[in-house]
Amino acid sequence: MAESAAATPLHIIVLVKWVPDYQLERRIAEDRRMDRSGGVLSELDEYPLEAALQIREAAERPVRVSALTLGPSGASASAKKALQIGADDAFHLTDDALAGADVAATSVALRGAVEQAFATGDEETEAVRLVLTGMASEDGETSAVPAQLAERLGVALVTNATGISLEGDAVVVDRISASEQQKVRADLPAVVSVTDQANDPRYPNFKAIMAAKKKTTTSWALSEVGLTADDVASRTQVTAAAPRPPREAGEVITDEGDAGKRIVEFLAKERVL
Amino acid sequence: MSAVLVFFDAVDGSLSSGQQELLTLAASLGEAHVVTGAADPSEALAFDGVEVVWTGESEISAPDPALVDLLETAVRESGADVVLGTDSADSTDALARLAVRLEAGLITDAVGVDGDASSGATSLTVHKSVLAGGYTTSAQVTSGPAVITVRPNSVEAALSAGAAPEVTALPVSASSSGVEVLGRTELEASERPALTEARVVVAGGRGMDGNFGPLEELADELGAAIGASRAATDAGWIDHAAQVGQTGVTVSPQLYLSAGISGAVQQRAGMQTAQTIVAINKDEDAPVFEIADFGVVGDLFEVIPQMLEELRRRKT
Ligand SMILES: Cc1cc2nc3c(=O)[nH]c(=O)nc-3n(C[C@H](O)[C@H](O)[C@H](O)COP(=O)(O)OP(=O)(O)OC[C@H]3O[C@@H](n4cnc5c(N)ncnc54)[C@H](O)[C@@H]3O)c2cc1C
Repeated sequence: MAESAAATPLHIIVLVKWVPDYQLERRIAEDRRMDRSGGVLSELDEYPLEAALQIREAAERPVRVSALTLGPSGASASAKKALQIGADDAFHLTDDALAGADVAATSVALRGAVEQAFATGDEETEAVRLVLTGMASEDGETSAVPAQLAERLGVALVTNATGISLEGDAVVVDRISASEQQKVRADLPAVVSVTDQANDPRYPNFKAIMAAKKKTTTSWALSEVGLTADDVASRTQVTAAAPRPPREAGEVITDEGDAGKRIVEFLAKERVL
Repeated sequence: MSAVLVFFDAVDGSLSSGQQELLTLAASLGEAHVVTGAADPSEALAFDGVEVVWTGESEISAPDPALVDLLETAVRESGADVVLGTDSADSTDALARLAVRLEAGLITDAVGVDGDASSGATSLTVHKSVLAGGYTTSAQVTSGPAVITVRPNSVEAALSAGAAPEVTALPVSASSSGVEVLGRTELEASERPALTEARVVVAGGRGMDGNFGPLEELADELGAAIGASRAATDAGWIDHAAQVGQTGVTVSPQLYLSAGISGAVQQRAGMQTAQTIVAINKDEDAPVFEIADFGVVGDLFEVIPQMLEELRRRKT
């Protein structure tokens, strides 16, 4: 490892989203926006957080792990959970102008918050910067925010990491592309999205939950990260939303030696053979 | 007619059915132009209506950010107000970055697009299936161009063979700015239909107990693709690429046969828009029965061989 890399601190920002619980019934409200009256830390964001904590534990240099969430006031719960799991500090960007933000608006706002959060680092030593995200949000599921954020920040992008490690001032990432498994190296700063194949996220233990009480969460409005409501205008709009009629349970039989035959008969009747 | 630019992040030998669907969709909206980082795509693109094809000066493949430069240049050259790509990770990455550069609206994972590109990007209606198939939505871009990724198996491909189109190389070459590929391993190509594109999917879970043999036989008999739950892929019984669900692939086949899978919400997210669902599970309380059109409470190692026997009997 290069000497400079060993000495320079690393600042990792993990994006964590507060989303409606995937296990419960989720709703799009009358205004065609997600019902965000309740929520949890997106489970898919536990994987990048775990990756950041593992990098911190393995590194021979100071590593600071910050969690950053964008969302309504309730979203501070996801920042708190990230602190309990092991992040050092947290940031929460919240503003009425962000309600219903699409990918473009979200990535503009995140860019402002990421730059602001990186700027809160130690003034004497310019830390090396890494942004980790989940592979998708559990609600919008576009998987496009990491790419738009990287483009806006003007940094390298690596998506769908199934493994990530730090090498000097670069990350080495295993990722799955359409028809191949790739190993790539990206010089920092970079944005890397991490999949659920990458690790087994830890649970917060009692000690960590107590320790989290002493950690800080900084809340910002848009103006505090240098943005106006106009900057975060969406470039798409949802014009209609309707619940899909739930699937009805069909006939269920118990195998008495002929169930396989009866499946085939059913398929023939439904004309799917 | 207005140009509709179709982006293919890779072109191997011949177009996949998802890629053919995209060309069909593009032609329904305007005049299909193709841009790809692939080398020599001409033969694969020999279809009626495909007259304009752009590549770089050299082959450019993901995750090379030069793909975004190529796309941006092709949009300028074609004057396209609509850009389409498949909903794969590499394609979404490139198109999402393109949308930033064009200050365009981005809509991912569409299952349909209606309208006429010559009436402008903002006039198109884009249909989606969201919240794990729980809702259908319509959306529009409010600021063009419209950049849209499309889920495979959403449009009926209808192309007729034509002359190999002329290919124009744009002044963009591969770069390695910031991201260097240290190694590549081809994923094993299967003889079976691609999972996202297959008409029939047979899927196995923890109940397969390490033995996908019976399911493979069934897949051969039905011309099906093989899917799996995360429990089965995590156990290493089958490649991760077979995982269906929230963090795997989403499939909407005509038939999804689920064997030894409980039907957790993350699994359902990837398969509940299938036309017909058949489930085999030995636990009568398994949640998969709530969404199955036909369910069998039984041991899959007995029921699948019965199916095979009946299928073979019918063939003779
Ligand atoms: C962030 C996250 C993402 C996830 N993403 C996915 C995803 O994309 N896809 C996915 O599938 N899961 C996903 N999961 C996992 C999901 O929650 C379930 O754990 C998983 O789907 C269970 O797989 P299974 O049904 O095969 O196993 P189990 O739930 O253990 O069910 C096995 C079933 O097999 C039946 N069975 C056993 N033996 C037999 C037999 N001989 N004959 C007939 N039936 C038998 C049992 O009755 C049981 O119902 C995800 C989880 C998390 C936390």
